[in-house]
Amino acid sequence: MFNYDQYLRLDKFPLIWCSGCGDGIVLKSLLRAVHKLGLQKDQICMVSGIGCSSRLPGYVDFNTLHTTHGRALTFATGIKMARPELTVLVITGDGDATAIGGNHYIHAARRNIDLTVLLFNNHIYGMTGGQVSPTTAKGKKASTAPYGSFENTFNISGLAQAAGASFVARSGVYNPVQLENYIVKAIQKKGFSLVEIMSPCPTAYGRRNREGTPVDMIAWQKENSVPVAKAGQLTPEELEGKLITGILVDIERSECRAEYQKLIDRLAQS
Amino acid sequence: MSQEPAAKKKKGHVTVREAWCKGCAICVEFCPEQVLVMERGKATVAYPDRCTACNLCELRCPDFCITVSVKGE
Repeated sequence: MFNYDQYLRLDKFPLIWCSGCGDGIVLKSLLRAVHKLGLQKDQICMVSGIGCSSRLPGYVDFNTLHTTHGRALTFATGIKMARPELTVLVITGDGDATAIGGNHYIHAARRNIDLTVLLFNNHIYGMTGGQVSPTTAKGKKASTAPYGSFENTFNISGLAQAAGASFVARSGVYNPVQLENYIVKAIQKKGFSLVEIMSPCPTAYGRRNREGTPVDMIAWQKENSVPVAKAGQLTPEELEGKLITGILVDIERSECRAEYQKLIDRLAQS
Repeated sequence: MSQEPAAKKKKGHVTVREAWCKGCAICVEFCPEQVLVMERGKATVAYPDRCTACNLCELRCPDFCITVSVKGE
């Protein structure tokens, strides 16, 4: 029995999220990961933007900052540069991070600044009324795509990898223990660490696209997840519509705040 | 050797914080032993004796309603 209450602001409960929303499952995995790492509450600074997932910091008893739409990574970058001793966690969504904050996203990854980003991918703008997001799949309906989206999508993990992130993993709420382990690894990793988390939105996405109950949406993850090692043996056609999970990137690359410190030290000596 | 079967039959105790339950039924559907049922829109422990303390309901409850403790621990 894990005691979640020690990390929560219980007076804010119950959670604002809809019935069957996956975000609460992610929050629990995150708290277990924090506990596993033995992090003190004051050691953590959690930053979020705008959206359903970005309401998460309101429920945890860490240093928390709820910022403007798409700008979580900019605030987090500032915090990390000024207070490198803090563990900075960024909570964001597919719309927040890759649409309105897309530029910040690629540049935070490029700088490889030591942040841990938990990106909740629900394929929609849930809170604002179900508009199309950069990850709404072709043919899927949204309030701004009543006949189905005709656009290509972003591969969020691929984007971070291409931009230079040192750790990228993908998981979903069907597998909360795997998720917990990836969050542990992401926090431990020095550099920009992304965990892309598939968190179903039964209200704004599932209902409109007839994806069934929250249980059906989570069961879909179970049936369609392909571990990254196995995905390498499959053809692109076989991988169509599948969810590739696992650690996609885990490399060593120079980290932004450490490089900045080197500069400070060099100038102090001269 | 005699301890092995006893170890396999771990028993759990499930509690539901009903005030926070939104009735998503995730716990009911993912419980391998069918311990829980939906009753008046809330998760309810119907067959407590079947619980093996596997913790799958607690891990997947998005609303912090479910707690599983191992009996005798």
